[in-house]
Amino acid sequence: MLGAILDWLLSFQIYLPIAEISISVFLLLALGAGVGFLSGLIGVGGGFLVTPLLIFIGVPPAVAVATQSNQVVASSVSGVLVHWGRGNVDFVMGGVLLIGGLLGSSIGIVVFSLLRQFGQIDVVIAISYVVTLGSIGLLMMVESIQALRRIRRKAPPKKLHQHTWVHGLPFKLRFKKSRLYISAILPISVGAFVGLLSAVMGVGGAFMLVPAMIYLLGMPTSIVIGTSLFQIIFVSGYVTILQSWQNHAVDIMLALLLTIGSVVGAQFGGRLGAKLPGEQLRFLMAALVVTVGLLLLIELVRRPANLYSIMAVGGLH
Amino acid sequence: MTRSRRQDASTRGDNGFLLRSAGLFILALCVLAACTLAIAMRPATAKSVVADIDRHLIAITTDFSGQDVLIFGAVDQPGDIIMAMWGPQGDVQVHHKERVAGIWVNREAVTFGNVPSFYGIASSRPLYELLAPDVLDRYQLGVGRLRLKTLGADAPNVADFRSALIRERQRGNLYADKVGRVTFVGDTLFRANLRLPSTVPTGKFLIEVYLARDGQIVDAQTIPLVISKVGFGADIYRFANNNGFAYGVVAVIVALLAGWLAHLMFRRR
Repeated sequence: MLGAILDWLLSFQIYLPIAEISISVFLLLALGAGVGFLSGLIGVGGGFLVTPLLIFIGVPPAVAVATQSNQVVASSVSGVLVHWGRGNVDFVMGGVLLIGGLLGSSIGIVVFSLLRQFGQIDVVIAISYVVTLGSIGLLMMVESIQALRRIRRKAPPKKLHQHTWVHGLPFKLRFKKSRLYISAILPISVGAFVGLLSAVMGVGGAFMLVPAMIYLLGMPTSIVIGTSLFQIIFVSGYVTILQSWQNHAVDIMLALLLTIGSVVGAQFGGRLGAKLPGEQLRFLMAALVVTVGLLLLIELVRRPANLYSIMAVGGLH
Repeated sequence: MTRSRRQDASTRGDNGFLLRSAGLFILALCVLAACTLAIAMRPATAKSVVADIDRHLIAITTDFSGQDVLIFGAVDQPGDIIMAMWGPQGDVQVHHKERVAGIWVNREAVTFGNVPSFYGIASSRPLYELLAPDVLDRYQLGVGRLRLKTLGADAPNVADFRSALIRERQRGNLYADKVGRVTFVGDTLFRANLRLPSTVPTGKFLIEVYLARDGQIVDAQTIPLVISKVGFGADIYRFANNNGFAYGVVAVIVALLAGWLAHLMFRRR
């Protein structure tokens, strides 16, 4: 009975014009809702989960990445509006990060196009995901275990703002809202690195940007989320346009369905997240991230069933 | 003197008349011969096979699940019919994966030029009963007889790449030795239903209809067929590919609006 209902629901197929496959509408909505729920629960974008899942269900990796950039734009708007209303966006810092982000993502798009031409884009996307998901997931896991232990011991949290060699760099700039006086090179290079990965992986990059802003730049946690979202909207929008222009890989239908699912999911996730203990949640999230990374790693290492793959070059005539 | 001159003139005039008459006669003979020749040759230059298709344009929508096209025609004397359906051609790159540092990576690549995106055969009898292998090769009849030429220098293992390309296309139902059967109604009328799979590419197709008799191809005709995508999905595809920049801008605007709408919807509650 349940199986029949499920079959009936899955029978509503939609043809994705750029991915050139038909997929169940409900599967895509559910995927968007699931990731939106998790991101609402934990408080990160979740783009790094959508792309691997899309690849698992048969969307070509290049299309999954390009489309995800488009969806990140939609899912970041709401967050920015909320944080802007609370005065939690440092526009100067966001602007400087953005300069780096545009530089990095421009390079990323060129790299993406070249890799696609040489038939290496799929494997590079997969390796980027394995490395970033693996390292970030493990770091999150360690951090959440430490946090859980700290709670048990009732010890005070570590001091965040520490002076290191990075504060000796030239081109110092005053960031009033962040209460910082640091070299512009630092946020520009952080923005550039995240922008590069954002173009190649199709993620907003909040999961890398937020820790970098807190630990590397030493920004106050309260304005980090709003500022990172502000920067992410522009970089993702820019990447979407470049991906459409250079690679014709953005699937507007796919992006829209994922967005609908994720905005609804995020609301429920956010409500539940407010009621649940944060440290356990962060540990679960870390476990999920590591699992996705591992699955992708297995896919890379396992001998493929077919060693040959074919790819049309140029158009038909 | 005057007379003789007049006589000369008259004789010369007579000669001229004779010459002209002879010329006309020869010309008439030539025309007659040419006409006779033309009449004698006419049956050989006329079509021994005529064929047509039930529709020259197939519009496929996003829920397209394959379709049959009907080819019909007539032959002047009994013979066998072979049809080869060619999709639009393009260059195709074949990659071979190898293990590098534990990871399977695309390494060697061979590019083949002018590879048909679709190829299908239908015939009234098995091909090997109709034509000798060298004739089949010459006309590229049969998936295994397609001339797939590489662009650039040939690698030593190019045959592996070629067979991999054919295997992949066969698996996608794009290459097939049998997409239909040609059946005769009486001795001279024939028809065939050619199956187009759901994965059929779009563009200009050519269907070549060959008449085979006594181990030779004696006549042929080419029928064009256009397959194009229609509907909303096809419009999006064309927009994305013809004007990528504008498409990207629209995609961002749609995303911004969707995000903003979601924000408004959930704030009110």
